[in-house]
Amino acid sequence: MREISHVEIMSSGHARGDRMVQWVVYFAAILVSAAFVWIVWDLVRGGIGHLSWTFLVESSRDAGRAGGIGAVLVSTVLVLLIALAVALPLGWATGALLAEYVPAAGGLGHTVRYSLQVLAAVPSIVFGLFGNIFFCVYLGLGFSILSGGLTLACMLLPILVSTAEAGLRAVPGAHRLSATALGMSRTATLWHVLLPAAAPALVAGLLLGIGRAMAETAALLFTSGYVDRMPDSLLDSGRTLAVHIFDLSMNVPGGDAPAYASALVLIAALLLINVLAMRFAAGWQRGKMVTV
Amino acid sequence: MIWLRHSISSPSASADTLMLWLLRAAAGVAASLVLLILFFLVAESWPLLMRDLPITHFVTDSSWHPDEGAYNLAPMLSGTLYAAGGALLLAMPLGIASALFITYYAPPRGADAYRRLVELLAGIPSVVYGFWGLTTLVPLINQLQPPGSSLLAGILVLTLMVLPTITLTAHAALVAVPGDYLRGAFALGMSRWAMVRGVALPAARMGIVAGAILAAGRAVGETMAVLMVTGNVVQHAGGLFDPERTLAANIALEMPYAVSDHRAALFVSGLTLMLLVMLLWSAAARMGRG
Repeated sequence: MREISHVEIMSSGHARGDRMVQWVVYFAAILVSAAFVWIVWDLVRGGIGHLSWTFLVESSRDAGRAGGIGAVLVSTVLVLLIALAVALPLGWATGALLAEYVPAAGGLGHTVRYSLQVLAAVPSIVFGLFGNIFFCVYLGLGFSILSGGLTLACMLLPILVSTAEAGLRAVPGAHRLSATALGMSRTATLWHVLLPAAAPALVAGLLLGIGRAMAETAALLFTSGYVDRMPDSLLDSGRTLAVHIFDLSMNVPGGDAPAYASALVLIAALLLINVLAMRFAAGWQRGKMVTV
Repeated sequence: MIWLRHSISSPSASADTLMLWLLRAAAGVAASLVLLILFFLVAESWPLLMRDLPITHFVTDSSWHPDEGAYNLAPMLSGTLYAAGGALLLAMPLGIASALFITYYAPPRGADAYRRLVELLAGIPSVVYGFWGLTTLVPLINQLQPPGSSLLAGILVLTLMVLPTITLTAHAALVAVPGDYLRGAFALGMSRWAMVRGVALPAARMGIVAGAILAAGRAVGETMAVLMVTGNVVQHAGGLFDPERTLAANIALEMPYAVSDHRAALFVSGLTLMLLVMLLWSAAARMGRG
């Protein structure tokens, strides 16, 4: 409000300046849209020719130049499943505690929320260093799908907690009152009333987490490793799709065509997840999830 | 929220107590992760940090030659700051203009579509940005001035990557400006630009700055995309077309074969990065609250 005093000076109808600013703003929007279209167009043009069913199911040969991404996809899914199996219960439990059991401000809730916000700001390469020293070396899991999945689980926690907390807070207080009036215990209320009511938010968070995990490269380089064979167990090293793209484009001369195709697969999967997440998040924001 | 302190549902109070302790344990694990990460970074850096005192030798050593025990991180620090700074310089005006477009200038449908597009831009993985930069931007820059892999390529790719953060936080800050301010400005007969510049932007200033600081944190910590397009030569870049190497890229490049002191030096880089990002984050948090 302090700045409003000098506003009168500017208000004398500079129609021409106004029009120019409008053009600048439109130009910025067009520039950004063009960059997006350029990226997607490049990936589609470079990758579509190499894409086929056999590319999706075959294992890679000749360092990825030939063959497909079957084994890589399996490793990606395994890393993802481990990350979610660990992060979901932890994240949703923490979200439930923050939303339902502790005061919104101060004390335990404040500490937990603060440290999770810091965790969300930690660069992924630092997660990679931590995962390498803690899971691979200290816990002795080596370069393995398990190490990679656990490292990713740490990365996913903040987003799972914050979406779960926001979703639970959006459940109307009347639900809690009714449950209490019916003599339900707090655990039963949480389990049978609040979590189902917050399900769209939980699913949106889950999808965002999957998207973030699939996009991750730096944290996995030295935790789950580079090996592109079909993994035999969770203690085998396994290469995820994002790491595969990195390796093909940086370390394999002549790997551009399969790299384009892999990037296209990754982008398509992420777009799908993003659209689904937006749909769930939109439904939740409109507050239409109260169908218990 | 009503029965915050005492449960009135006595039948299964013991189950509730158990549940509460389970949730507390989960939250405890989640909250202690940051400390665990810091602990391991410090523990791994400690031998090298304490061996050669003072620790300023990380910026005064002759060069970065891990085989000879020279660990000068200064070129990587400057590389990180140049790339992040350049990206912010480009992304700030673009991002704020994008936010203005969404909030005030675009027709409702256009605003919605453009916001979606920016969110999708945020969802593109950094390795894909890097790959696109490597196959599209680097050859283009190479035509201007070889070698193509350069600070400029890094800045351009980073700009695209932090743009969504700046746009979405600035948009949120602009939406939060009280409608009365805008109606008041309108009633004074102000033009749209006068309203934006004189009322909306000053009122949303804190949120916009907080978003920019968050974006800076992201740019500083970004690894893959920068690693793939900047050429990774350890040197202070003399110009936009010179190759350079960032702290994060240095870790990703040398970690696979680093041992003993060299490895510890990489953990020192990681610790530096972590502290830098935490510093930026707490500044942004303070701004956001203020």
